[in-house]
Amino acid sequence: MKIVVCVKYVPDATGERHFNSDNTVDRLSTDGLLSELDEYAVEEALQIRDRVDGEIVAVTVGPEAARAAVLKSLQMGADAGVHVQDDAIHGSDSLGTSLVLARAIERQTPDLVLCGMASTDGGMSVVPAMLAERLGLPQVTFASEVTFDDSTVRIRRDGDTATEVIEATLPLLLSVTDQCNEPRYPSFKGIMAAKKKPMETLTLADLGLSSSDVGLDAAWTRVGSYSARPPRSAGTVVTDDGGSGATELVGFLAGQKFI
Amino acid sequence: MTEVLVLVDHADGAVRKTTAELLTFARRLGSPSAVVLGPGVDAARAFLQQYGADKVYVVDTPDVSDYLVAPKAEALAQLMQRVAPGAVLLPSNAEGKEIAGRLAIMTESGLITDAVDIAASGVGLTTTQSVFAGAYTVISSVTHGTPIVTVKPNSITPEPVPGAAAEEHVDVTVSDAAKTARIVERKERQATGRPELTEASIVVSGGRGTGGNFEPVEQFADALGAAVGASRAAVDSGWYPHAYQVGQTGKTVSPQLYVATGISGAIQHRAGMQTSKTIVAINKDAEAPIFELVDFGVVGDLHSVLPAATEQVNARKA
Ligand SMILES: Cc1cc2nc3c(=O)[nH]c(=O)nc-3n(C[C@H](O)[C@H](O)[C@H](O)COP(=O)(O)OP(=O)(O)OC[C@H]3O[C@@H](n4cnc5c(N)ncnc54)[C@H](O)[C@@H]3O)c2cc1C
Ligand SMILES: Nc1ncnc2c1ncn2[C@@H]1O[C@H](COP(=O)(O)O)[C@@H](O)[C@H]1O
Repeated sequence: MKIVVCVKYVPDATGERHFNSDNTVDRLSTDGLLSELDEYAVEEALQIRDRVDGEIVAVTVGPEAARAAVLKSLQMGADAGVHVQDDAIHGSDSLGTSLVLARAIERQTPDLVLCGMASTDGGMSVVPAMLAERLGLPQVTFASEVTFDDSTVRIRRDGDTATEVIEATLPLLLSVTDQCNEPRYPSFKGIMAAKKKPMETLTLADLGLSSSDVGLDAAWTRVGSYSARPPRSAGTVVTDDGGSGATELVGFLAGQKFI
Repeated sequence: MTEVLVLVDHADGAVRKTTAELLTFARRLGSPSAVVLGPGVDAARAFLQQYGADKVYVVDTPDVSDYLVAPKAEALAQLMQRVAPGAVLLPSNAEGKEIAGRLAIMTESGLITDAVDIAASGVGLTTTQSVFAGAYTVISSVTHGTPIVTVKPNSITPEPVPGAAAEEHVDVTVSDAAKTARIVERKERQATGRPELTEASIVVSGGRGTGGNFEPVEQFADALGAAVGASRAAVDSGWYPHAYQVGQTGKTVSPQLYVATGISGAIQHRAGMQTSKTIVAINKDAEAPIFELVDFGVVGDLHSVLPAATEQVNARKA
């Protein structure tokens, strides 16, 4: 089975995150890493490969530094990597990103495409659905458990109001949640082995796309302006002393008409 | 006036509050048309009429209920082609966003997710989003196709305005390709009797500091008529079901009042609650980062502060 895992390189959520002067997200001056939520997708791919055998290709679309996301996937155990890097991609919205990703995935003719549940920076959770539409694949998102039974894939999904079991057949696109597994840390052996694994770097031209297909100018949405949210004004913090905390708390809630 | 399509969020006709919010936004942009996919329009009609739906489109074939989002996206795409709406609004839940993602590609339209406000403008509409765990506010617009916008719950107070609710049944053809993933089992979660987490106007959450005992959290929530939430640490420990997790990988809530108890305030937790109007925390560590966010905080043990507060709230109500 051929599995493609889509991995994104994101600014570190624990650091400061910024915008550029063109209202795009600053992905260069901040430290980045493989989106933690995509580690679950890589891990799921590894566990599937253990059960049914196959090959795992990690694919990313992003600036030069995004190579780190693919490298980490290789260190965890993926077999090969693809990094699509082109200055023209800068500023693409999810439609542009999904177009480039879809082209890169198509070349692999995968049986299964795995995504994370959301990227930790944009967090739109729409790229998987867009990819599925572009690739003409059925999609099951937010999988919390994935099992294989010959050619049928069974997925458990914990929705807002119900738990569902879904059956689908390959080829298929899945996005997995952080409930699915516990991502492994790369072992020393894995880190050494990753250095010898194939990693392909592709441009838009390699994918038969032109710079006018993607990027800020081709985006179908535009950020007009952004502003930092005013910091919350410092609130009152009291220290409980033999029951005073509860009384003051209830006084505050009553004052705000919550009681 | 241009029609604005609103995807109705319902279970067998029981319409969720978010739909009233979407209809209220839709009226700012044009004439609201509700789209009911699946069975239940008879139960839904009065609600849709009350919140100003001028039209109600009904697509009721098994194809849209038994399968996942692809047939729903196809149904909406066909409807869009027919009525050429000024915009399409969907709820910002998992299903809404997926339908929106597919729809955007099918109809070559720009998509904006997780809007907290929508205004009519010269370019059709502008949206407000809250990004990076609420640290920034972003104003955006759609520059191509029909604007497709998913809207977060609790973004607006629904205004009841009677609508004509003229009903029209629509036939759509669903491709076989859209039917390859099928729901084979469905178990509704047990009702708790409390308000739904993402819709509640008050949420009381518990974290690792509960030590696994959620009783004080639940009792305080019940005294306030609130929903109960949990941090991932509490969920991962098996103390509370995942469906109640608040944060980046759980639910995003934006209530009038959020009470965090025994929760440190990690960035991933903040991502799910930072836009709450009023924030209160109880934590025994005065240095806990959650106190940076609060309007009111109590440094203390939740196991004594909560029961005492519950008693006082109940006494005031009596
Ligand atoms: C990819 C990713 C996604 C994540 N998604 C989420 C998410 O969606 N939601 C989420 O919540 N977290 C999420 N996390 C986890 C997050 O980073 C934190 O680990 C988690 O929020 C911590 O939960 P907590 O505050 O309950 O526990 P802790 O951080 O351990 O804090 C417990 C707090 O309780 C206080 N306390 C202890 N005893 C008492 C007492 N008796 N009375 C009062 N206070 C007491 C302590 O002082 C402490 O501040 C995610 C992490 C990652 C990496
Ligand atoms: N630039 C990218 N490169 C590779 N995969 C991506 C990229 N953007 C999004 N994805 C995949 O799509 C998922 C959801 O992303 P998003 O829609 O941005 O929340 C991520 O978890 C990734 O698996």
